[in-house]
Amino acid sequence: MQTHNQSEGHQQHPISVYFKVWGLLFVLSSFSYLVDILQLQGALRWTLILVFMFLKAGLIVAIFMHMVWERIAFVLAILSPPLCLLVLIGLMASEASYTHLNRLIFFN
Amino acid sequence: MTTDSPATGDGVNGLITDWASDKDAFKRVSWGKTMMWIFLLSDTFIFSCFLVGYMSVRMTTAEAWPNASEVFALTIAGEHLPLLLIAIMTFVLITSSGTMAMAVNCGYRRQPKQAAMLMLVTAALGVCFVGMQAFEWTKLITEEGVRPWGNPMGAAQFGATFFMITGFHGFHVSIGVIYLIIVAAKVWRGDYRERGYEIVEITGLYWHFVDLVWVFIFAFFYLW
Repeated sequence: MQTHNQSEGHQQHPISVYFKVWGLLFVLSSFSYLVDILQLQGALRWTLILVFMFLKAGLIVAIFMHMVWERIAFVLAILSPPLCLLVLIGLMASEASYTHLNRLIFFN
Repeated sequence: MTTDSPATGDGVNGLITDWASDKDAFKRVSWGKTMMWIFLLSDTFIFSCFLVGYMSVRMTTAEAWPNASEVFALTIAGEHLPLLLIAIMTFVLITSSGTMAMAVNCGYRRQPKQAAMLMLVTAALGVCFVGMQAFEWTKLITEEGVRPWGNPMGAAQFGATFFMITGFHGFHVSIGVIYLIIVAAKVWRGDYRERGYEIVEITGLYWHFVDLVWVFIFAFFYLW
C-alpha cells in the first residue's frame, strides 16, 4: 500500500479497484432488495439486512473514501468515536422496551 | 497542516509515534481533508441520533408499524412491485458514487476537464435522486394520506420519522449537488492548476458520505 504515490498525500489508485467495488456495491444492493422481494422474515431477514448493510458501508468507507490507504492514527481518530453510539443504542433500546411494556399493560 | 516532521514507522508503531510527535498527528493528510472528515464525523452523529430516535419510537409504539414494502410499492402496467422506486433510487446513488470515484481519479491524473465532466454527471444523478424522492413524497402525501402526525396504515410516528430522516438526507443530497457544481466549475476553469486536485477528493468524501447514509436508511427504514 506504500506504492501508490502516498508520499505526496495523493490517493491515486488503479481504476480497476474502483470498478470492482462499484460492481460489488451493485450486487450487494441487489441482494438486500432480494431480501424484500423474497419476503424473508424474522431473524434471517434482520441478519441478512445487517450483513449486506455493513458490507456496503465498509466498502464505501474503505475504498471510495480511501480509509484503507490512510495512516492508522487518522483512521482511528475518525472511525472510533462513532463506537460510543453503541452505548446510546443500548440505552435507548432498553428504555424503549420498558416503555413498550408499560403501554401494553396500561393502554390496551 | 503541512507535513513538516517526517512520518516514522507503520502500523501500531506508527500510531504511537504519530500521536507522540507533539505536533501534527495526522501525517500526509491535508488540512482540508481533515476538516471534511471531522464535519462528516459530526454529521454521522446527527444521522445516528435520528435513526436511534426512529428505533425508539418504533419499539415503543403499541400499534402495528406500517409495512414499508407495501407503502412504497409501485404498480406499473398492472404489475405490483414492492419497493421498486426505492431500489431504483439506491442504484442511482451507487452509480453516482462510482462516477464520483472516477472524477477523483481523473483529478489526480491531472485530467481536469474529465474530472469536471464526471462531477457534473454525479450532480445530474443526484438531481435525479432528489427528483424521485420528491415524487415519492408527493405520492405519500396526496395518495396515501401520510402526515407527520398520523397515517391510515398504522403507527402515527411513521410519518414523522419518515419525513424527518429522508428529508434531512434529501437536503444533504441537494447541498451536495450545489457543492459539486461549484467545484466542477472551478476545476473546469483551471483554478486548481497550481494547487493540485485534492479538492475533488474532498468533495468526493462528502458525496460518498451521502451514499453511505442512504445505505443505513435503506436498511433500517425501508427493509427492516
